[in-house]
Amino acid sequence: MSLRTPLARAQGLGSAKSGVTHFWRQRATAVALVPLTLWFVWTVARYTGAEHFEVKHFFANPINASLMLLFVLAGLYHMALGVQVIIEDYIPREGMKLALLLLSQFAAFAVAVICVLAILRLAL
Amino acid sequence: MAEHKSAARPMSPNWQIYRWPLSMGVSILHRVTGFGLALGTLILAWWLVAAALGPEAYGTFQAVAYHWFGRLILFGFTLALVFHMLNGVRHLFWDAGFGFALPTANRTGIAVYGLTIVITWIIWALAYHSMGKL
Repeated sequence: MSLRTPLARAQGLGSAKSGVTHFWRQRATAVALVPLTLWFVWTVARYTGAEHFEVKHFFANPINASLMLLFVLAGLYHMALGVQVIIEDYIPREGMKLALLLLSQFAAFAVAVICVLAILRLAL
Repeated sequence: MAEHKSAARPMSPNWQIYRWPLSMGVSILHRVTGFGLALGTLILAWWLVAAALGPEAYGTFQAVAYHWFGRLILFGFTLALVFHMLNGVRHLFWDAGFGFALPTANRTGIAVYGLTIVITWIIWALAYHSMGKL
């Protein structure tokens, strides 16, 4: 016999009150990142050693700029979710865990903003 | 049961004497590469910012990135990325309920290792070919 109320069961949010949200977003970004990653690896191999004008030319193409924006946003979101799990798994002390969780989320957003701004400056 | 005998031998599974199953190594490597890639986003940010700032800042990045050690780091970064992506696909199949049988999981684990090297190598070869350096 379950002691959970019918409402709690119907909502399906579990004891952490967030249900499968984290799990689902991790998977959704993972699926999006499969093709983006293949494209990105090619871009790294082809353009990180390239001359500056070549890189400018590459990002002047809106398709390339859009793909890079998608990769950065999906990738950093996926990263924030993943690092969160690592911290929750290995840091038992509440205070330290909270501090590292905040730090990792702030860092993810900061890197995202920096990358987006740089891509826009290159593209526009 | 009342008297507890403390055995001097190590408890199993003790990772120092325990033969690692293949899936264990792949799983640990998935997390290690994931964390490494998180740090790697800083290199990506540096590349994009340097390119956005102009030829001078970009020149500094390029000098580091095009040095043999820089290229080794970048190759390792892409290797980790491809591994994490391929093993991620393996995880997605598990999430959908496929591939749990031990022989299957071992085969897909080996496939992930092999394909990681093959795919990364092919992409770099294609890139260098398109630059006319191969």
